[in-house]
Amino acid sequence: MAVISRGFGARRRESDPRLPPGQYLTEDFPVLSAGPTPRIDLSEWRFDLRTESGEGASWSWDEFMDLPIEDVHTDIHCVTRWSKLGTSWRGVSLDTLVDAVETEASYAMAHSYGGYTTNIPLEDLLGGRAWVAFEFEGEPLDPEHGGPARLLVPHLYFWKSAKWVRGLTLMDDDEPGFWEQNGYNMHGDPWTEERYW
Amino acid sequence: MTVGGWRPARVVETVPATPSARILRLAVADWPGSLAGQHVDVRLTAEDGYQAVRSYSLGSYGSGETIELGVDEIPDGEVSPYLVRDVLPGDELEVKGPLGGYFVWQPGGVAPVQFIAGGSGVVPLMAMVRAATDAGAAASARLLYSTRRPENAIYREELSDGAGDRGVAVSWAYTRAAPAGWDGQVGRLDDERLREAVWPPSSAPIVYVCGPTGFVEHVADALVRLGHPPARIRTERFGGA
Repeated sequence: MAVISRGFGARRRESDPRLPPGQYLTEDFPVLSAGPTPRIDLSEWRFDLRTESGEGASWSWDEFMDLPIEDVHTDIHCVTRWSKLGTSWRGVSLDTLVDAVETEASYAMAHSYGGYTTNIPLEDLLGGRAWVAFEFEGEPLDPEHGGPARLLVPHLYFWKSAKWVRGLTLMDDDEPGFWEQNGYNMHGDPWTEERYW
Repeated sequence: MTVGGWRPARVVETVPATPSARILRLAVADWPGSLAGQHVDVRLTAEDGYQAVRSYSLGSYGSGETIELGVDEIPDGEVSPYLVRDVLPGDELEVKGPLGGYFVWQPGGVAPVQFIAGGSGVVPLMAMVRAATDAGAAASARLLYSTRRPENAIYREELSDGAGDRGVAVSWAYTRAAPAGWDGQVGRLDDERLREAVWPPSSAPIVYVCGPTGFVEHVADALVRLGHPPARIRTERFGGA
Protein backbone atom coordinates (compact mmCIF):
# COMPACT_ATOMS: atom_id res chain seq x y z
CA MET A 1 0.00 0.00 0.00
CA ALA A 2 1.68 3.14 -1.19
CA VAL A 3 2.01 6.22 0.98
CA ILE A 4 -0.17 9.08 -0.29
CA SER A 5 1.64 12.38 -0.73
CA ARG A 6 -0.78 15.13 0.26
CA GLY A 7 -1.62 17.45 -2.59
CA PHE A 8 0.56 15.73 -5.17
CA GLY A 9 -0.64 15.32 -8.73
CA ALA A 10 -1.59 18.82 -9.86
CA ARG A 11 1.07 18.90 -12.57
CA ARG A 12 0.81 15.31 -13.69
CA ARG A 13 1.93 14.33 -17.14
CA GLU A 14 -0.27 12.45 -19.55
CA SER A 15 0.48 8.77 -19.63
CA ASP A 16 1.42 7.06 -22.86
CA PRO A 17 1.17 3.29 -23.46
CA ARG A 18 4.62 3.43 -25.08
CA LEU A 19 6.14 4.38 -21.71
CA PRO A 20 7.41 1.45 -19.61
CA PRO A 21 6.45 1.51 -15.91
CA GLY A 22 8.13 4.24 -13.87
CA GLN A 23 9.28 6.22 -16.91
CA TYR A 24 8.42 9.80 -17.88
CA LEU A 25 8.52 11.44 -21.26
CA THR A 26 11.27 13.89 -22.18
CA GLU A 27 11.65 15.96 -25.33
CA ASP A 28 15.32 16.84 -24.89
CA PHE A 29 18.16 14.32 -24.86
CA PRO A 30 19.79 14.11 -21.42
CA VAL A 31 23.45 13.12 -21.24
CA LEU A 32 24.67 10.68 -18.61
CA SER A 33 28.18 9.34 -18.44
CA ALA A 34 30.75 8.60 -15.80
CA GLY A 35 33.64 10.72 -17.05
CA PRO A 36 34.83 13.16 -19.70
CA THR A 37 33.62 12.73 -23.27
CA PRO A 38 36.25 10.92 -25.35
CA ARG A 39 37.06 12.51 -28.73
CA ILE A 40 37.92 9.85 -31.31
CA ASP A 41 39.38 10.64 -34.71
CA LEU A 42 37.65 8.67 -37.47
CA SER A 43 41.03 7.78 -38.98
CA GLU A 44 41.91 5.99 -35.73
CA TRP A 45 38.49 4.50 -35.00
CA ARG A 46 38.16 0.71 -35.13
CA PHE A 47 35.48 -1.75 -34.17
CA ASP A 48 36.85 -5.09 -32.92
CA LEU A 49 34.78 -8.22 -32.45
CA ARG A 50 36.45 -11.02 -30.49
CA THR A 51 34.93 -14.45 -29.93
CA GLU A 52 35.14 -16.77 -26.94
CA SER A 53 37.89 -18.72 -28.72
CA GLY A 54 39.97 -15.61 -29.34
CA GLU A 55 39.15 -15.35 -33.05
CA GLY A 56 38.23 -11.94 -34.28
CA ALA A 57 37.08 -9.51 -36.90
CA SER A 58 37.91 -5.83 -37.11
CA TRP A 59 36.65 -2.89 -39.14
CA SER A 60 38.07 0.55 -39.83
CA TRP A 61 35.61 3.43 -40.22
CA ASP A 62 35.72 3.20 -44.02
CA GLU A 63 35.24 -0.57 -43.93
CA PHE A 64 32.38 -0.11 -41.49
CA MET A 65 30.65 2.35 -43.81
CA ASP A 66 30.76 -0.27 -46.59
CA LEU A 67 28.61 -2.65 -44.50
CA PRO A 68 24.81 -2.71 -44.98
CA ILE A 69 23.36 0.32 -43.19
CA GLU A 70 19.88 0.31 -41.67
CA ASP A 71 17.45 3.04 -40.64
CA VAL A 72 16.08 2.52 -37.14
CA HIS A 73 13.04 4.24 -35.63
CA THR A 74 12.62 3.43 -31.98
CA ASP A 75 11.78 4.56 -28.46
CA ILE A 76 14.60 4.72 -25.90
CA HIS A 77 14.43 4.35 -22.12
CA CYS A 78 17.02 5.44 -19.55
CA VAL A 79 17.24 3.80 -16.13
CA THR A 80 17.19 7.33 -14.65
CA ARG A 81 13.53 7.26 -15.78
CA TRP A 82 13.38 9.43 -18.87
CA SER A 83 12.09 7.95 -22.08
CA LYS A 84 12.26 9.47 -25.52
CA LEU A 85 9.80 8.33 -28.16
CA GLY A 86 10.18 8.07 -31.91
CA THR A 87 13.93 8.61 -32.25
CA SER A 88 15.66 8.00 -35.61
CA TRP A 89 19.06 6.41 -36.04
CA ARG A 90 21.24 4.87 -38.75
CA GLY A 91 23.68 2.08 -38.09
CA VAL A 92 24.95 -1.40 -38.80
CA SER A 93 22.99 -4.34 -37.41
CA LEU A 94 24.77 -6.56 -34.90
CA ASP A 95 23.51 -9.48 -37.01
CA THR A 96 25.77 -8.29 -39.83
CA LEU A 97 28.78 -7.98 -37.51
CA VAL A 98 28.35 -11.28 -35.65
CA ASP A 99 27.83 -13.08 -39.00
CA ALA A 100 31.50 -12.35 -39.69
CA VAL A 101 32.67 -14.75 -36.95
CA GLU A 102 32.07 -18.30 -35.71
CA THR A 103 30.65 -18.31 -32.19
CA GLU A 104 28.67 -20.39 -29.72
CA ALA A 105 28.85 -17.68 -27.04
CA SER A 106 25.85 -16.64 -24.96
CA TYR A 107 27.00 -13.24 -23.71
CA ALA A 108 28.85 -10.18 -24.93
CA MET A 109 30.86 -7.47 -23.19
CA ALA A 110 30.81 -4.13 -24.97
CA HIS A 111 33.99 -2.06 -24.64
CA SER A 112 34.16 1.69 -25.17
CA TYR A 113 36.79 4.31 -25.81
CA GLY A 114 37.26 5.81 -22.34
CA GLY A 115 37.11 2.42 -20.63
CA TYR A 116 33.36 1.91 -20.15
CA THR A 117 32.02 -1.65 -20.35
CA THR A 118 28.56 -3.22 -20.28
CA ASN A 119 27.42 -6.84 -20.56
CA ILE A 120 24.54 -7.99 -22.77
CA PRO A 121 23.18 -11.47 -23.53
CA LEU A 122 23.96 -12.26 -27.17
CA GLU A 123 20.31 -13.05 -27.87
CA ASP A 124 19.51 -9.42 -27.00
CA LEU A 125 21.97 -8.25 -29.66
CA LEU A 126 20.75 -10.47 -32.52
CA GLY A 127 17.51 -10.85 -34.47
CA GLY A 128 17.31 -7.24 -35.63
CA ARG A 129 17.30 -5.82 -32.09
CA ALA A 130 20.67 -4.04 -31.86
CA TRP A 131 22.94 -1.82 -33.95
CA VAL A 132 26.18 0.10 -33.90
CA ALA A 133 24.69 3.52 -34.63
CA PHE A 134 26.55 6.52 -36.03
CA GLU A 135 23.71 8.88 -37.01
CA PHE A 136 20.97 10.43 -34.88
CA GLU A 137 18.09 12.37 -36.44
CA GLY A 138 19.94 12.63 -39.74
CA GLU A 139 23.17 14.02 -38.29
CA PRO A 140 26.47 12.40 -37.32
CA LEU A 141 26.17 11.25 -33.72
CA ASP A 142 27.37 14.00 -31.38
CA PRO A 143 30.37 13.08 -29.18
CA GLU A 144 28.43 13.70 -25.95
CA HIS A 145 25.83 11.19 -27.13
CA GLY A 146 28.48 8.61 -27.97
CA GLY A 147 29.76 9.63 -31.39
CA PRO A 148 31.33 8.65 -33.62
CA ALA A 149 29.49 5.38 -32.90
CA ARG A 150 27.55 3.84 -30.06
CA LEU A 151 25.75 0.63 -29.40
CA LEU A 152 21.97 0.90 -29.79
CA VAL A 153 19.98 -1.76 -27.91
CA PRO A 154 16.68 0.08 -27.57
CA HIS A 155 14.70 -2.70 -25.90
CA LEU A 156 17.01 -2.54 -22.86
CA TYR A 157 17.72 0.43 -20.56
CA PHE A 158 20.03 2.82 -22.32
CA TRP A 159 23.13 2.20 -20.19
CA LYS A 160 23.41 -1.00 -22.26
CA SER A 161 23.70 1.14 -25.42
CA ALA A 162 27.38 1.81 -24.78
CA LYS A 163 28.61 5.17 -26.05
CA TRP A 164 31.92 5.44 -27.95
CA VAL A 165 31.80 1.71 -28.57
CA ARG A 166 35.03 0.18 -29.87
CA GLY A 167 34.21 -3.50 -29.80
CA LEU A 168 32.55 -6.55 -28.35
CA THR A 169 34.03 -9.56 -26.61
CA LEU A 170 31.83 -12.65 -26.85
CA MET A 171 31.75 -14.82 -23.72
CA ASP A 172 30.38 -18.19 -22.60
CA ASP A 173 29.53 -16.83 -19.14
CA ASP A 174 27.99 -13.56 -18.04
CA GLU A 175 30.17 -10.98 -16.27
CA PRO A 176 29.20 -7.57 -14.89
CA GLY A 177 30.29 -4.44 -16.75
CA PHE A 178 30.85 -0.96 -15.32
CA TRP A 179 27.40 0.03 -14.03
CA GLU A 180 26.56 -3.60 -13.31
CA GLN A 181 29.44 -3.59 -10.80
CA ASN A 182 28.07 -0.33 -9.41
CA GLY A 183 24.52 -1.28 -8.57
CA TYR A 184 22.65 -1.81 -11.82
CA ASN A 185 20.87 -4.95 -12.98
CA MET A 186 22.70 -7.54 -15.09
CA HIS A 187 20.02 -7.43 -17.83
CA GLY A 188 18.03 -4.18 -17.79
CA ASP A 189 14.57 -4.80 -19.27
CA PRO A 190 12.57 -1.54 -18.93
CA TRP A 191 9.20 -3.31 -19.10
CA THR A 192 9.93 -5.37 -15.99
CA GLU A 193 11.90 -2.52 -14.33
CA GLU A 194 15.21 -4.40 -14.09
CA ARG A 195 16.95 -1.31 -12.72
CA TYR A 196 19.10 -2.26 -9.74
CA TRP A 197 20.48 -5.34 -8.06
CA MET B 1 25.07 -2.55 -2.49
CA THR B 2 21.63 -4.09 -2.44
CA VAL B 3 18.68 -1.80 -2.92
CA GLY B 4 15.66 -2.54 -0.78
CA GLY B 5 12.06 -1.70 -1.55
CA TRP B 6 10.23 1.56 -1.07
CA ARG B 7 10.48 3.02 2.43
CA PRO B 8 8.02 5.53 3.86
CA ALA B 9 9.65 8.90 4.54
CA ARG B 10 8.21 11.79 6.57
CA VAL B 11 9.15 15.37 5.87
CA VAL B 12 10.56 16.78 9.10
CA GLU B 13 11.94 20.08 7.85
CA THR B 14 11.97 22.25 4.76
CA VAL B 15 14.62 24.95 4.45
CA PRO B 16 14.60 27.58 1.70
CA ALA B 17 18.01 27.44 0.03
CA THR B 18 17.81 29.72 -3.01
CA PRO B 19 14.97 31.51 -4.84
CA SER B 20 14.28 28.21 -6.67
CA ALA B 21 15.61 25.48 -4.37
CA ARG B 22 14.78 23.96 -1.06
CA ILE B 23 16.50 21.54 1.29
CA LEU B 24 14.22 18.78 2.56
CA ARG B 25 15.01 16.71 5.63
CA LEU B 26 13.21 13.39 5.71
CA ALA B 27 12.86 10.84 8.49
CA VAL B 28 13.21 7.34 7.05
CA ALA B 29 12.64 4.41 9.39
CA ASP B 30 15.34 1.73 9.15
CA TRP B 31 17.40 3.84 6.74
CA PRO B 32 20.54 1.77 6.08
CA GLY B 33 22.85 4.79 5.76
CA SER B 34 24.59 6.05 2.63
CA LEU B 35 27.98 6.87 1.20
CA ALA B 36 28.77 10.49 0.37
CA GLY B 37 27.58 11.14 -3.19
CA GLN B 38 24.78 8.60 -3.42
CA HIS B 39 21.21 9.39 -4.45
CA VAL B 40 17.69 8.14 -3.80
CA ASP B 41 14.62 7.59 -5.89
CA VAL B 42 11.66 9.56 -4.55
CA ARG B 43 8.15 8.26 -5.23
CA LEU B 44 5.06 10.41 -4.92
CA THR B 45 1.56 8.93 -4.99
CA ALA B 46 -1.56 11.01 -5.60
CA GLU B 47 -4.84 10.20 -3.87
CA ASP B 48 -6.13 8.41 -6.97
CA GLY B 49 -3.05 6.18 -7.13
CA TYR B 50 -1.15 8.09 -9.81
CA GLN B 51 2.59 7.90 -9.17
CA ALA B 52 5.76 9.64 -10.30
CA VAL B 53 9.36 8.82 -9.44
CA ARG B 54 12.50 10.96 -9.76
CA SER B 55 16.07 10.66 -8.52
CA TYR B 56 17.57 13.21 -6.11
CA SER B 57 21.07 13.43 -4.72
CA LEU B 58 21.62 13.19 -1.00
CA GLY B 59 23.33 16.14 0.68
CA SER B 60 23.66 13.95 3.76
CA TYR B 61 25.73 10.82 4.23
CA GLY B 62 26.39 8.15 6.81
CA SER B 63 24.09 6.48 9.31
CA GLY B 64 21.12 8.00 11.10
CA GLU B 65 17.48 7.98 10.12
CA THR B 66 17.27 11.53 8.77
CA ILE B 67 18.34 12.16 5.19
CA GLU B 68 18.67 15.43 3.34
CA LEU B 69 17.75 16.23 -0.25
CA GLY B 70 18.50 19.46 -2.10
CA VAL B 71 15.87 20.03 -4.77
CA ASP B 72 16.03 22.74 -7.43
CA GLU B 73 12.78 23.56 -9.17
CA ILE B 74 12.50 22.88 -12.88
CA PRO B 75 9.80 25.35 -13.93
CA ASP B 76 7.83 23.02 -16.20
CA GLY B 77 8.64 19.95 -14.12
CA GLU B 78 6.13 17.61 -12.58
CA VAL B 79 7.82 16.57 -9.32
CA SER B 80 10.33 19.29 -8.38
CA PRO B 81 7.72 22.11 -8.13
CA TYR B 82 5.79 19.97 -5.65
CA LEU B 83 8.90 19.28 -3.57
CA VAL B 84 10.10 22.89 -3.68
CA ARG B 85 6.79 24.69 -3.19
CA ASP B 86 4.04 22.43 -1.91
CA VAL B 87 5.38 19.83 0.49
CA LEU B 88 5.14 20.62 4.23
CA PRO B 89 6.60 19.13 7.39
CA GLY B 90 4.51 16.10 8.32
CA ASP B 91 3.80 15.15 4.69
CA GLU B 92 4.77 11.69 3.56
CA LEU B 93 6.43 10.25 0.51
CA GLU B 94 8.56 7.21 -0.26
CA VAL B 95 12.24 6.71 -0.97
CA LYS B 96 14.31 3.87 -2.39
CA GLY B 97 18.01 3.64 -1.89
CA PRO B 98 20.68 4.61 -1.35
CA LEU B 99 21.62 4.23 -5.03
CA GLY B 100 24.82 4.63 -6.99
CA GLY B 101 28.19 3.05 -6.25
CA TYR B 102 30.48 5.11 -8.47
CA PHE B 103 30.07 8.85 -7.90
CA VAL B 104 30.94 8.48 -4.21
CA TRP B 105 33.77 9.58 -1.95
CA GLN B 106 35.06 7.56 0.98
CA PRO B 107 37.87 8.41 3.40
CA GLY B 108 41.15 6.58 3.15
CA GLY B 109 42.46 7.55 -0.26
CA VAL B 110 45.89 9.14 -0.35
CA ALA B 111 45.46 11.53 -3.26
CA PRO B 112 44.00 15.02 -2.87
CA VAL B 113 40.41 15.41 -3.97
CA GLN B 114 38.85 18.20 -6.01
CA PHE B 115 35.11 18.86 -6.07
CA ILE B 116 33.69 21.05 -8.87
CA ALA B 117 30.01 21.96 -8.70
CA GLY B 118 27.75 23.82 -11.08
CA GLY B 119 24.42 25.05 -9.70
CA SER B 120 22.42 22.38 -7.87
CA GLY B 121 25.19 19.92 -8.73
CA VAL B 122 26.63 20.94 -5.37
CA VAL B 123 24.26 18.62 -3.48
CA PRO B 124 26.13 15.29 -3.75
CA LEU B 125 29.43 17.19 -3.48
CA MET B 126 28.18 18.77 -0.23
CA ALA B 127 27.81 15.27 1.16
CA MET B 128 31.43 14.64 0.14
CA VAL B 129 32.61 17.96 1.64
CA ARG B 130 30.89 17.07 4.91
CA ALA B 131 32.35 13.55 4.83
CA ALA B 132 35.86 14.85 4.12
CA THR B 133 35.56 17.40 6.95
CA ASP B 134 34.28 14.80 9.42
CA ALA B 135 37.06 12.41 8.40
CA GLY B 136 39.74 15.04 9.04
CA ALA B 137 40.61 15.02 5.34
CA ALA B 138 39.53 18.57 4.57
CA ALA B 139 43.10 19.84 4.14
CA SER B 140 43.48 17.71 1.03
CA ALA B 141 40.05 18.58 -0.38
CA ARG B 142 38.95 21.63 -2.35
CA LEU B 143 35.60 22.74 -3.71
CA LEU B 144 35.11 25.02 -6.70
CA TYR B 145 31.48 26.11 -6.88
CA SER B 146 30.08 27.93 -9.91
CA THR B 147 26.68 29.62 -9.66
CA ARG B 148 24.92 32.36 -11.58
CA ARG B 149 24.76 34.72 -8.62
CA PRO B 150 25.64 34.46 -4.91
CA GLU B 151 21.98 33.97 -3.97
CA ASN B 152 21.75 30.94 -6.30
CA ALA B 153 24.26 28.95 -4.23
CA ILE B 154 22.71 26.11 -2.25
CA TYR B 155 24.52 25.63 1.11
CA ARG B 156 26.09 29.07 0.74
CA GLU B 157 26.27 29.79 4.47
CA GLU B 158 27.58 26.39 5.48
CA LEU B 159 30.26 26.51 2.80
CA SER B 160 31.29 30.06 3.69
CA ASP B 161 31.38 29.36 7.43
CA GLY B 162 33.13 26.03 7.07
CA ALA B 163 36.11 27.34 5.16
CA GLY B 164 37.99 28.08 8.40
CA ASP B 165 40.59 25.95 10.11
CA ARG B 166 39.16 22.49 9.60
CA GLY B 167 36.77 22.92 6.68
CA VAL B 168 37.22 22.26 2.99
CA ALA B 169 38.60 25.29 1.12
CA VAL B 170 35.95 26.76 -1.17
CA SER B 171 36.53 28.80 -4.33
CA TRP B 172 33.58 30.59 -5.87
CA ALA B 173 32.86 31.35 -9.49
CA TYR B 174 29.98 33.50 -10.73
CA THR B 175 28.63 33.38 -14.25
CA ARG B 176 26.20 36.34 -14.12
CA ALA B 177 26.78 38.55 -11.09
CA ALA B 178 29.30 38.53 -8.22
CA PRO B 179 28.88 39.77 -4.64
CA ALA B 180 29.95 43.29 -3.70
CA GLY B 181 33.71 43.56 -3.39
CA TRP B 182 34.40 40.60 -5.70
CA ASP B 183 37.57 41.31 -7.62
CA GLY B 184 37.60 38.20 -9.78
CA GLN B 185 36.08 37.62 -13.17
CA VAL B 186 32.39 37.07 -13.83
CA GLY B 187 31.60 34.52 -16.53
CA ARG B 188 32.00 30.95 -17.54
CA LEU B 189 34.80 29.02 -15.85
CA ASP B 190 37.82 29.38 -18.08
CA ASP B 191 41.12 27.49 -18.15
CA GLU B 192 42.88 30.13 -16.07
CA ARG B 193 40.32 30.02 -13.29
CA LEU B 194 40.41 26.21 -13.30
CA ARG B 195 44.20 26.28 -13.10
CA GLU B 196 44.03 28.62 -10.10
CA ALA B 197 41.35 26.85 -8.13
CA VAL B 198 41.93 23.17 -8.89
CA TRP B 199 44.70 20.90 -7.57
CA PRO B 200 47.23 20.69 -10.40
CA PRO B 201 47.64 17.49 -12.42
CA SER B 202 51.09 17.06 -10.81
CA SER B 203 49.45 16.37 -7.43
CA ALA B 204 47.29 13.67 -9.08
CA PRO B 205 43.92 14.61 -7.62
CA ILE B 206 40.75 12.67 -8.15
CA VAL B 207 38.20 15.15 -9.48
CA TYR B 208 34.42 14.98 -9.03
CA VAL B 209 32.40 17.20 -11.36
CA CYS B 210 28.63 17.58 -10.98
CA GLY B 211 26.15 19.94 -12.56
CA PRO B 212 24.09 20.54 -15.69
CA THR B 213 25.27 18.72 -18.80
CA GLY B 214 26.74 21.79 -20.53
CA PHE B 215 28.72 22.72 -17.41
CA VAL B 216 30.07 19.21 -16.89
CA GLU B 217 31.02 18.81 -20.56
CA HIS B 218 32.81 22.16 -20.54
CA VAL B 219 34.68 21.57 -17.27
CA ALA B 220 35.62 17.94 -18.00
CA ASP B 221 36.92 18.87 -21.46
CA ALA B 222 38.97 21.72 -19.96
CA LEU B 223 40.42 19.48 -17.23
CA VAL B 224 41.55 16.96 -19.83
CA ARG B 225 43.09 19.79 -21.87
CA LEU B 226 44.91 21.02 -18.73
CA GLY B 227 46.49 17.61 -18.28
CA HIS B 228 44.20 15.75 -15.90
CA PRO B 229 43.94 12.07 -16.90
CA PRO B 230 40.34 11.25 -17.95
CA ALA B 231 40.36 8.21 -15.67
CA ARG B 232 40.81 10.53 -12.64
CA ILE B 233 37.74 12.61 -13.51
CA ARG B 234 34.34 11.38 -12.33
CA THR B 235 31.25 13.13 -13.61
CA GLU B 236 27.58 13.27 -12.79
CA ARG B 237 25.28 15.21 -15.06
CA PHE B 238 21.90 16.58 -14.05
CA GLY B 239 19.31 16.11 -16.76
CA GLY B 240 16.04 17.99 -17.13
CA ALA B 241 12.38 17.11 -16.38
